[in-house]
Amino acid sequence: MARKILLWVSLALMVISLYLVFVYVPTEKEMGIVQRIFYIMVPTGWLAMLSFTVVFLGSILYLVRRDNKWDILAHSSAELGIVFTTLALIVGPIWAKPIWGVWWDWGTPRLTSTLVLWFIYLAYFMVRSLATEESRGARFAAVVGIVGFVDIPIIALATTLWQGMHPPALIFQESGLAPSMLLTLIVSIAAFTALYFLLLLQRVSMKNAEIEIQSLQELGG
Amino acid sequence: MGQNAAAQTGVVKVEGLTKTFGNQRALRGIDLEVGQGEFVVIFGPNGAGKSTLLRILAGIMNPSSGSVHISGLSFQDNAEEVRRRIGVVSHQTFLYGNLTAYENLAFYSRMYDVPRLEERIAEVATIVGMTSRLHDRVSTFSRGMQQRISIARSLLHKPAIMLLDEPETGLDQQAIAMLWEALRPADDGEKRSVILISHSLERGLELGERLLILDKGKIVYQGLKTALDLAGLKELYQQSTRVSL
Amino acid sequence: MSFWRKVIAITEKDALSELRTREIIFSVLVFTLLVIVIFNFAFGTSQQVIVLVAPGSLWVTFAFAGILSLNRAFIPEKEQGCLEGLMACPISREAIYVGKILSSLLFMLIIEAIALPIFAVLFNLPMLSLPVIVITVLTTIGFVAVGTLFSAMAVNTKAREMVLPILFLPIVVPIIIAAVEASGLAIAGAPWSKFASWLQLILAFDVIFLVVSFLIFAFVIEE
Repeated sequence: MARKILLWVSLALMVISLYLVFVYVPTEKEMGIVQRIFYIMVPTGWLAMLSFTVVFLGSILYLVRRDNKWDILAHSSAELGIVFTTLALIVGPIWAKPIWGVWWDWGTPRLTSTLVLWFIYLAYFMVRSLATEESRGARFAAVVGIVGFVDIPIIALATTLWQGMHPPALIFQESGLAPSMLLTLIVSIAAFTALYFLLLLQRVSMKNAEIEIQSLQELGG
Repeated sequence: MGQNAAAQTGVVKVEGLTKTFGNQRALRGIDLEVGQGEFVVIFGPNGAGKSTLLRILAGIMNPSSGSVHISGLSFQDNAEEVRRRIGVVSHQTFLYGNLTAYENLAFYSRMYDVPRLEERIAEVATIVGMTSRLHDRVSTFSRGMQQRISIARSLLHKPAIMLLDEPETGLDQQAIAMLWEALRPADDGEKRSVILISHSLERGLELGERLLILDKGKIVYQGLKTALDLAGLKELYQQSTRVSL
Repeated sequence: MSFWRKVIAITEKDALSELRTREIIFSVLVFTLLVIVIFNFAFGTSQQVIVLVAPGSLWVTFAFAGILSLNRAFIPEKEQGCLEGLMACPISREAIYVGKILSSLLFMLIIEAIALPIFAVLFNLPMLSLPVIVITVLTTIGFVAVGTLFSAMAVNTKAREMVLPILFLPIVVPIIIAAVEASGLAIAGAPWSKFASWLQLILAFDVIFLVVSFLIFAFVIEE
């Protein structure tokens, strides 16, 4: 039931968002049409973080309660997280190239932190699949989820301090957003967030189904 | 500590023990009591959950549910106190190959807060007949000799309960004989309680007072040794492990 | 306190074992020296270039040396079930963790104590100053705090040697950045105030991850 509602809500938000991004919001003065990527870039970055927060919470609950459902939640969120992080890493440079002239700038805290986050997600999956037993894999992944999450603010701080030491060639001034842009941005973020929760619920129920099938197979065989 | 309390230090009480690894249920509700000085032998096919049970009793692993009380204490409230009363011998020796036998024993003496450790090390070395090799590196020992030092290790703190997981693996006859000589009598008068996991029905029948058969995480048979002979036990073993679901 | 007595017992046991074989220190030291030499060849002889790349080279070297060393922290415990033997002892899981980080820290500091002077000579830079030593010690503490936790995990996976770097490197990125920046400033002779914020970052990392790893370690080694 919840999923149905979520489906329609996110569908609606997405449609509205598309309209706002491509039709409603005026073209930005300095950067031109390319700037519209901004409305996808920010949400993907936000979702990369939201996903990892859910991974963190699920991981703690799994270690403390030892209930599989928390691991399933964390795992599913991680799968979405790495997709959104990858997206953020693709969209970021696409936005950066026309604006700054370079695909990548190590001096940008946001981009660098996102890249490190991507590697932490990777570590999450690798330790899970390389563990000698499934239950161990789940436990180890939970540890990575917790340690990684705690590290994120430190990474952000380090990359920000680093930027201070090596200012980028072109300093991008995010000088306040016009109300129409703010609205578009908010709706965009809302749409993506609804999408995230929809996909999360979907993935969790898929995993639950997989487990049920497996246990049925074991009983029958 | 009064005589009563001391007399009860080797008592084990397990209630409703379960252990699940992910989706796999290794132990599905174990109830077990071992009295002071009792010798219990556990048999069972591979994968029955015997080693898992022993690890939980030794405090190496936590159960998923259920309780373990050793001389009235539980791991939750008093893990260190409980572990002090337990000696573990497994087919793995728990020894560091680069260190000498003496250094290994000294290390474990410190782990168990053994008082007057030099004396005690000499004592246990004598019990297992390894006094002459104390200052040689464990990596130079044969399997039998390593297991002897492992037994010495397990006796350092004069445990009230011995947990043995197939300790005879890889030992020759002489070493096996010495193993049982060393393990049974406690050197402070009290008989130790023993829980032994064994693959050998003969050995179990010979040594045990009470016999258990474990299969697929449940106890499928429990009885006194006096009720059985070897043929009877074999029959029972085959039956129980076939019938249980 | 009984806790510290047992921690020291574990550290001494590791040190004794290492003394017998010198396995970790020798192999990691040789690796470290090789890397330093290769960096010299890679970057050429121009002193201006060397000054720029020195801090980075130093910390790449120490990061990889750290991984090699940490990988071996739990291997002796895996043989003959020693870790389980330890878990059956009346000692808390946390004490095992602290004992292990102290021994890894000891080995790494020994290696760094030998490598730093050699770095200083080959790169022709004042790397033996107090600031650089402080930075090195603090960063190494961060390495072992996180590395020991991950090493205990890695030893229980297939492809052990590969798993540790994948887990370790992303997490220590912030202190590597900090160590490189701070070392660079220190070598150039800048006063403490210039790199104080980097030092604070490393210190914060150390404290946070010592605490977090301390709390999580039990979950790693217990089934």
